[in-house]
Amino acid sequence: MEPFTQLKGIVTLLDLPNVDTDQIIPKQFLKRIERTGFGQYLFYDWRFVDGRALNPEFEMNQERYRGARILVTRANFGCGSSREHAPWSLEDYGFRCIIAPSFADIFYNNCFKNGMLPVQLQEEQVEQIFQRVRQTPGYELAVDLVDQTIRSEDGLKFRFEVDGFRRHCLLNGLDDIGLTLQYEAKIGEFERRAAG
Amino acid sequence: MKRKTMFEKIWESHVVHEEPGKPSLIYIDRHLVHEVTSPQAFESLRLSGRKVRRPELTFATMDHNVPTTMRSLPITDPISAQQIETLRTNCREFGVTLFDLDSPEQGIVHVIGPELGVTLPGVTLVCGDSHTSTHGAFGALAFGIGTSEVEHVLATQCLLQERPKTFLIEVNGQRPYGVEAKDIILSIIGQIGTGGGTGSVVEYAGDTIRALSVEERMTVCNMSIEGGARAGMIAPDEKTFAYLRGRKYTPKDFDAAVARWKSLPSDPGAVFDRKLVINAATLTPQVTWGTNPGQVVAVDSRVPSPADFADPNDRKSAERALEYMGLKAGTPISDLAVERVFIGSCTNSRIEDLRVAAQFIRGRKVSSKVYAMVVPGSQPVKKKAEEEGLDRIFKDAGFDWRESGCSMCLGMNPDILKPGERCASTSNRNFEGRQGKGGRTHLVSPIMAAAAAIEGHFVDVRQYRTN
Repeated sequence: MEPFTQLKGIVTLLDLPNVDTDQIIPKQFLKRIERTGFGQYLFYDWRFVDGRALNPEFEMNQERYRGARILVTRANFGCGSSREHAPWSLEDYGFRCIIAPSFADIFYNNCFKNGMLPVQLQEEQVEQIFQRVRQTPGYELAVDLVDQTIRSEDGLKFRFEVDGFRRHCLLNGLDDIGLTLQYEAKIGEFERRAAG
Repeated sequence: MKRKTMFEKIWESHVVHEEPGKPSLIYIDRHLVHEVTSPQAFESLRLSGRKVRRPELTFATMDHNVPTTMRSLPITDPISAQQIETLRTNCREFGVTLFDLDSPEQGIVHVIGPELGVTLPGVTLVCGDSHTSTHGAFGALAFGIGTSEVEHVLATQCLLQERPKTFLIEVNGQRPYGVEAKDIILSIIGQIGTGGGTGSVVEYAGDTIRALSVEERMTVCNMSIEGGARAGMIAPDEKTFAYLRGRKYTPKDFDAAVARWKSLPSDPGAVFDRKLVINAATLTPQVTWGTNPGQVVAVDSRVPSPADFADPNDRKSAERALEYMGLKAGTPISDLAVERVFIGSCTNSRIEDLRVAAQFIRGRKVSSKVYAMVVPGSQPVKKKAEEEGLDRIFKDAGFDWRESGCSMCLGMNPDILKPGERCASTSNRNFEGRQGKGGRTHLVSPIMAAAAAIEGHFVDVRQYRTN
């Protein structure tokens, strides 16, 4: 997994609460057996008109957001299904950080497994970012996982909380399975006890 | 001694390793696998040269994208066919038991787990599917995971987990006629919202819950995730034990197991992080009007107006939902005409669901304006229904009678709504496009779906009580 330390990039907006994983990546694309190439289907029913032309009314499609690495959205992002295709498609599209007032549990967890950082800020802080992004085309944020801050050139500075272990894994690009296998003896011991 | 919740008892007995500042390493007793969220996990195992640690604890079936037409027909979608074939190959290569399409035990993973006795009280059970919360109805700790975690469980039979909070939802009192298990859980989600249970494991308790059958309990636990909860659970009791006795994968010494399981329920006075009490006598048959399961009202009420919501997020959600759903605020729910009815899904496709619907339908005809289908949750459910003659009742009324699978709950297979079609559905999600792009889903109980099929619009099933 690619480590995540700092990220500076253009911010794009998705101004809706409760965005579910069916919207992030609709079911017809879950039949693929690969882990890659899902970015083209991200927010498919919203991004495209009839599956072809970009929908001009979908804010993210505006030219000013091209190349965005950071997605800022509203509460309970990623609710619904456990499909890891959701973070795969966001990551493949180019996002490495998602900022929202809250996230659904499974989605939140799935992000970390894919080198993506979901940042939880307060509603008012998210609102401030929304306003500034709308006022300034090409608005950028700098996300720093080392000192757990989000900064902008026009003076925003928010500190965010993240679980220490998840932070450690993301900073170092650690693979969970590798970590767990360090405890293989204890797993074996647990199994023997359970069988006994 | 500290009084413990059922969750705490199960959690603590599954900790393999713990240290401050780190998630706990939890042992996983049962792992259910299906075709959609597993191929990348198996592929990754292969690439890293790892094996499945305990293949005998892993059970697979295909359910999400399978056609529900005759099983002898080939799968026409080559990508679906490839995904199904990939699961076959993976199970063969890694030694995992598979209930294949031609198996008499195939079905929706959350229907067959309990049927096979794979789901047991006190176990930890995971699956790459959010509705894994269903299995909590047996007093198991069961939750949905992503594909990376599927791989993690395959490789290590463990998961790294933060300890969730506990949330007690107590439902007491006599539930009125026409109020089904589905209405209980929809009412709860309507109250707490789709993010209300985030970070928590919910235990459902109270005399109303105790009075539910095991299958009804599965319906309640199934939709825990729609309230944002990690898992839902209900204490096992004599009904649970009677349901499980004699099933294929239950422990050989069943009585000894029952004796152990009796110690699982939360101790009296155990402390939960949060508690909610609901009076069942006040509950009504529910219909969702919006595009998330929390956007729900009583069948005898009206489509709400965005102005009814104080919270700006809720207002915005309501505006958008009304537009997507093609609804006007103030319209009586019973005026909403449906073109499609779907009875099925891991929420409501078990034999009792089909019995309730069939009993209502007997001697009636599906409205000429409605296309209605029944998709049994599993092959054993289908067989049992046919033995009881339920298939005849459905077919005589004009319902399509299908093979088992997830079907139109998520529309990964050919069973989907057309744009603008309105559907009364016994499934669990009414998200935009969930049942087909532009499709308009209203979640209801099986009896409400049956009544909508007959009348061609939503009806308050309580009116049939005296008839």
